[in-house]
Amino acid sequence: MVTQRNPQVNLVNLSKTDYRGDPTTLCQGCGHNSISSQIIAACYELNIPPEKLVKFSGIGCSSKAPTYFLNRSFGFNGLHGRMPSLATGAMFADTTLIGIGMSGDGDTVSIGMGQFKHVMRRNLPLVYIVANNGVYGLTKGQFSATAEEGLALKGQGQNPYMPIDIVWEAVVGRATFVARSFAGDPKQVRELLKAALSHRGIAVLDIISPCVTFNNQDDSHHSYAWGRNHEIALHELAYVPPAEEIMVEYAEGESKEVDMHDGSRIVLRKLGADYDPTDRSKILTMLEEANRKQELITGLIYINTGQKSLFNLYHLPDEPLNRLSPDRIRPPRETIAKVNAMMF
Amino acid sequence: MITDSIINDFSITVGTVNGSGSQTSNLTLQRALFKMGIPVSGKNLFPSNIQGLPTWYTIRVSKDGYLARSETTEVMVAMNAATFAEDQAAVAPGGVFFYADDIEQAITRSDIVAYPMPVEKLARESDAPPNLRGYIANMVYVGVLAHILDIHIDRIRQALDFHFNGKEKPIALNYGVVQNAMAWAAENLVKTDPFRVQAMDATDGYIMASGNTAGALGAIYGGVQFVSWYPITPATSLAESLNQYLPMLRKDPATGKNTYAVIQAEDELAAIGMAVGAGWGGLRSLTSTSGPGLSLMTEYAGMAYYAEVPLVIWDIQRMGPSTGLPTRTSQGDVNLVYYLSQGDTMHVVLLPGSANECFEFGWRAFDYAERLQTPVFVLSDLDLGMNVWMTPPFEYPNTEIDRGKVLWEEDLGKIENWGRYLDPDGDGIPYRTLPGNRHPRGAYFARGTGHDEYANYSEDPDVWERGMERLRAKFETARGMMPKPEIVTKDEADIGVIAFGSTDPAVREAQDHLADDGLPIDYMRLRALPVCDEVRDFVRSHRRVYVVEMNRDGQLHQILSLETPDRAANLKSLSKNNGLPLTADWIEGAILAEERK
Repeated sequence: MVTQRNPQVNLVNLSKTDYRGDPTTLCQGCGHNSISSQIIAACYELNIPPEKLVKFSGIGCSSKAPTYFLNRSFGFNGLHGRMPSLATGAMFADTTLIGIGMSGDGDTVSIGMGQFKHVMRRNLPLVYIVANNGVYGLTKGQFSATAEEGLALKGQGQNPYMPIDIVWEAVVGRATFVARSFAGDPKQVRELLKAALSHRGIAVLDIISPCVTFNNQDDSHHSYAWGRNHEIALHELAYVPPAEEIMVEYAEGESKEVDMHDGSRIVLRKLGADYDPTDRSKILTMLEEANRKQELITGLIYINTGQKSLFNLYHLPDEPLNRLSPDRIRPPRETIAKVNAMMF
Repeated sequence: MITDSIINDFSITVGTVNGSGSQTSNLTLQRALFKMGIPVSGKNLFPSNIQGLPTWYTIRVSKDGYLARSETTEVMVAMNAATFAEDQAAVAPGGVFFYADDIEQAITRSDIVAYPMPVEKLARESDAPPNLRGYIANMVYVGVLAHILDIHIDRIRQALDFHFNGKEKPIALNYGVVQNAMAWAAENLVKTDPFRVQAMDATDGYIMASGNTAGALGAIYGGVQFVSWYPITPATSLAESLNQYLPMLRKDPATGKNTYAVIQAEDELAAIGMAVGAGWGGLRSLTSTSGPGLSLMTEYAGMAYYAEVPLVIWDIQRMGPSTGLPTRTSQGDVNLVYYLSQGDTMHVVLLPGSANECFEFGWRAFDYAERLQTPVFVLSDLDLGMNVWMTPPFEYPNTEIDRGKVLWEEDLGKIENWGRYLDPDGDGIPYRTLPGNRHPRGAYFARGTGHDEYANYSEDPDVWERGMERLRAKFETARGMMPKPEIVTKDEADIGVIAFGSTDPAVREAQDHLADDGLPIDYMRLRALPVCDEVRDFVRSHRRVYVVEMNRDGQLHQILSLETPDRAANLKSLSKNNGLPLTADWIEGAILAEERK
């Protein structure tokens, strides 16, 4: 008898079903569902066992999403705006795990701005996704802090305030991986997710993820139509796994490669003007220019693979802290006399 | 002329300007007295300020071992011109008044003995560089007091050696000033007061430690693995002690690496958020704070209760409400921690009553937290936490580390039906798994929203009620597990006192005095909430029970009234709320006033 290898499995012998979550309860057409699908695809294609990954979220429509992917992963749906602290503590338990934090624009830059800033400053290894729709969905359609000035929403009037740009905040906040994408551009979302999952540090993904129920008017900056008509990709992005050949040859000056710690590479094929995502100094000018021209800039905006991650600062054993036996966490009996002697 | 000597039974108060370095001198005096074998306590009554405001330090020597603050000051040291008059007025009749002679104010009392001290002159004559003269000046009163009160100079030397960690230069500098001041006093002062000290052996087998240091060390022996904190008076020194002692005591024997991580968070809400994350991840996790920080932590404390995440939260109480009195002690957070968060939240609370017990609860708290899968609060206060106490030596934990009900891969392999919030043992405590568990059925999704026994989201009314009833059952399990109260009885007592925490020395002293005066009382010191059956029995077996505590509203009294509604009329609240550690005099007076009604 010949056993046939199931062609529908990845290198760790799991099928896509093994990466699924519960059926979504978000609105049909919600951008967040598209992000969830790409997370499933990216993890499947990267051959990450679901048990090696931990999910975190705050509160809001975005933060419900982690139950719609990777059911075999541990997850913790925390408090509004406080996902970063929860993830910081939890990831210390086993630093070999991969973390995905799922947040929204309200969760991250309204109530959660403080923790967002500090988790970037600490460079916690975490894929921090902001499903950004400019609106509070779960409370039925109030302006969020990323809503553009002048946006009109049903029952809310016009937004009088200036918007917060998540990418801008991330760059200024010293995140070591900053990207923007658009839920209507699933291929780019997927490649960026793969790159982010290979990054050793905080990876902020600002993904414009339209709210079909409350903020999808064609002229809204967070709608599908606006995204389609205004998206300018900085580059065509391809993630090349470790030990795989780069299949496409580009002419000199047409592409740029970024080497990741795990041996994978990100290949960025030039689409328009030259853009170097390792150079922080020009980003704000570029974003400012794009704003003026009403362009939705997407792609890998900044990457720095040289910064130490949070865990590199702590001199921890290789074995996960949460598996250390009791004798390794209680000082030996003979130390108590020494301690008492130190007390005077 | 010296009348009968008063030996080893008086209080010294030093009035200085804060930021002047007097803490070194005060601790030197306290430690020297301790090394002479005399029971001694010291309390820093300080302002919320870095430099320039009045501050006092009281040292009580008591041959009988009473360590509470005393209402009276027999020996006053006046180093601060701004409080010279009030310090003089505060000396008990027949007492002593040492003063810096550069303060040009009149001695107005004839019922006390006044000794001038040439503080500036001796500081100037020392070898200290000009920038240190202000600090070193405080050593002058150490020397003068040593001469007049008979404090042994070699014990002072021992205290300085300890304080400066054996560093020759500062020791020599300070010791030189003390010696010169002693010599000056011998030559220029004639003792006309009755107070002096005499060596005893009553401190043999004791150590000196603050509650915060003790709590930190206890946590280290409890296997703390994750600490997140934010600076706040009076809790800061607990986290700083962890930073000090962890590197010394917690290198992994197998790899030499750290078996812990400490993060200073951006605020208290982030601090507890990290601690909750770590606790959920399976680390022995701790955060420490005080009232205002606790207010910020409320949201995550409730989530940890409902999602059943173990962690340890130290609350070093200071005076509230609001910013209140940041450097004054209080027991005003009892109700806050007991019910912290919205809905029907109830927390387990440990109530240490001594530095030694801070150590013990420091390690035990993790066992309770992980066994019960819930936040455990340790309720200390500024007096216990920041002041240095004589206390029995720390004892090595006498039980094995209890990680509670945790399932790893091999355990799950043997279980058909595991649900994160199932209660197979009937004690209200479910089994949990930890991130990193590779079993395909090992993962679950934790949340603060409604969930069923399998951790799935649920808004089902029956599921909700069932979950909350199980949490109540778990709380009842906790009731029987927590440390039992300590009872000190007196013959023929039919009234009782219930108290907790740092008031213990004052209550014990009051109990002795009242017995001497013909009013014997039994004393129960609570060591945990929720209360156990012994507490109800104590209330029911006494004609009247006074609940002594340091807050305005009698918060523990409220809780006990709910626990023993049939006896609520016999429970009397005696509460004091002025920011100062409680005294035996006040307790005696308050009880007698009630009993004589």
